[in-house]
Amino acid sequence: MSVVATGPLAGTRTLLYKEVLRFWKVSFQTVAAPVLTAMLYLLIFGHVLSDRVKVFDDVGYTSFLIPGLVMMSVLQNAFANSSSSLIQSKITGNLVFLLVAPLSHWAWFVAYVGAAVVRGLAVGLGVLVVTLWFAPLRASEPWWIVVFALLGAGMLGSLGLIAGLWAEKFDQMAAFQNFIIMPMTFLSGVFYSVHSLPPFWLGVSHLNPFFYMIDGFRRGFFGVSDVSPWISLAVVGSSFVVVAGISLRLLRIGYKIRH
Amino acid sequence: MPVNSPAISFQDVSKTYHGPRGDVHALDHVGFDIEPGEFFGLLGPNGAGKTTLISILAGLARATGGQVTVHGHDVVTDYAAARRSLGIVPQELVFDPFFSVREALRIQSGYFGVHDNDAWIDELLANLGLADKADANMRQLSGGMKRRVLVAQALVHRPPVIVLDEPTAGVDVELRQTLWQFVARLNRQGHTVLLTTHYLEEAEALCGRIAMLKQGRVVALDRTSALLAGTASTMMRFKMDTPLPAQLVPRSRVTGRIVQIKAHDAKEVEKVLAALHAAGCVPEDLEIGRADLENVFLEIMQGESRPLPLKAVTA
Repeated sequence: MSVVATGPLAGTRTLLYKEVLRFWKVSFQTVAAPVLTAMLYLLIFGHVLSDRVKVFDDVGYTSFLIPGLVMMSVLQNAFANSSSSLIQSKITGNLVFLLVAPLSHWAWFVAYVGAAVVRGLAVGLGVLVVTLWFAPLRASEPWWIVVFALLGAGMLGSLGLIAGLWAEKFDQMAAFQNFIIMPMTFLSGVFYSVHSLPPFWLGVSHLNPFFYMIDGFRRGFFGVSDVSPWISLAVVGSSFVVVAGISLRLLRIGYKIRH
Repeated sequence: MPVNSPAISFQDVSKTYHGPRGDVHALDHVGFDIEPGEFFGLLGPNGAGKTTLISILAGLARATGGQVTVHGHDVVTDYAAARRSLGIVPQELVFDPFFSVREALRIQSGYFGVHDNDAWIDELLANLGLADKADANMRQLSGGMKRRVLVAQALVHRPPVIVLDEPTAGVDVELRQTLWQFVARLNRQGHTVLLTTHYLEEAEALCGRIAMLKQGRVVALDRTSALLAGTASTMMRFKMDTPLPAQLVPRSRVTGRIVQIKAHDAKEVEKVLAALHAAGCVPEDLEIGRADLENVFLEIMQGESRPLPLKAVTA
C-alpha cells in the first residue's frame, strides 16, 4: 500500500537516491576512472619529485602527496556530480520531471549536494585505498580528515549546483571547470607546500579557499599544516555557508530553470 | 482544499517576456475556470499562448500578473499542494536515459512523496500496454512507448487533474486511439482533464468545453456543442482536380484535392453546384454536412470574432 509523505523535504529522499543511482550506474566512468587518474599523478609526480622535494621533516614526498590527491579527487568529483547532472537534465529536457514535482528548494539542495558528497567521498576513499600501497600514511588527527572532507565535498557540490544552473551549454560548463575549478585545485598546495612559493604567490594561495581545504585535510594525516586548522575551518566553513546560500537563493527563484 | 473550488482557475493571467528586441506579451489577461470532472480543450495556433499558460499552471514559468489555482491552491504560494493535484504530460518526448521504465516511475512517484507504489505502477503499465517493457531502459523504447511512459509518469501519484500538452503529436493512428480511449476513461472515472491539441477532431470528440486562444487572449469559450451550433451550419465537401471558379475561392478552403465551402442553406448549395457546373468542374465524393470544429476554429482565428471581455470569460 502506498505511503504519502508531505512537508518541505518530501521527495528529498527519492531525489537523493536518484542522484546517487545516476552516478553509480556508470561507476566505471564516475568512480574508477578518477581513481586511476589520481594513481597516475602519484606514480609520475612521486617518482619525479620524491628525491628532490622535502616538505615536512619526517614525511616523504610521496606520502605528502597522497592526502592532496585524495582531497583533489573529492573536490573535483563532488563538483562534477551536481554540475553534470543538472546541465544534462536541462539540455535533454528531463529536468521537467523535477520542476513539476512539489520539491522545495531545500529538497533540491540537500539531494544534489548530498549526492555530490557521496560521490566525492566514494572517489576519495577509492584513491586512498589504492595509493596506500605506495607510501606509508598515518591519521594523527582523524577528525580533521572527516570535517574537511565533508565541508570540501559539500562546498564543491554547492558550487556544482550553481554552475549547473548558470550554464546553458556544455562548453560553458567546461569553461567553469577548466578556468575556475581546476586552477583553484591545482594551485592549492596539492603537489607542494605553499611555503615554498615566493611571497606574492604565497599571498595569492592564502586567498584560495581550496588551499585551506587541502591544508586542513592534510593536517588530519600528519598533524602538521601550513596554517592552523582552526583558521582553515573558519575559512572553509564560511565559504561553504556563502556558496550554499547562493545556491539556495538561485534554486528558490528558479534561476534559469523557471521562466 | 476549499469546498466547491474549480479544478483549475485562471484569473486575469498575463505573461510578458522581456527580450533584447522588446517585450513579447504571450498572455493578455486570460481568465476562465475548469470545473472538477470536466474534459476541457485549449486550442489555438502556434504562438497563441497555450504552452505558456500550461507552463504557468505547472510551475515551469511564473505569470507576470494574475493568479492560477488548482483546487483552490495557488500555484506559487501553495505550490506543493497545487502540484500534488496535477499530473502533467509534456509535449516533448523527454526521458532520463539512466533508468528503466519501472525505475523512472518509482522515482517520479517518490518526488511526490508517494512510496511503496508498485501495485499502482503495475496497473498503469498494464493499462498502457507497457507491462513487458517495465525493466527496459528508456532509451530502448519506441517513440510511442516513450509517450505512454510520459502519461504513466503524470498519473503515478494519482492526481485529480491531468494536463496533456499535445499528447498525440507525431503519434500513429492506433496509438492515438489508444490514448484517447485511456484518457476518456480517466475522465469518466472523475479526473479533470485539460487537453491542448492541434487535432481538432480530437478536441471535438473528447472535450465538453473549449477555450480558444489567439495572440495570448481568449477569443472563444463555450461548450463544444454551442460553438458548433453557432457557426455556418452547413458545409459542402468534395474532391476536385481542376481549379475552383474565382467567385467561390473567398468562401472556400482547399487542402490538396479536398475543397470545403460554407453554405448556409439549400439555396446556397444549389448556387455553388451551379457555379461549378458552369465552370465545367466535376466535384467527386460530394458530402453536405454540418460544420466541424475545424471550421469554427478557422472562422475565429481568421478574425471573425473579437476577444471576449474579461467579465464574459470568467462566468
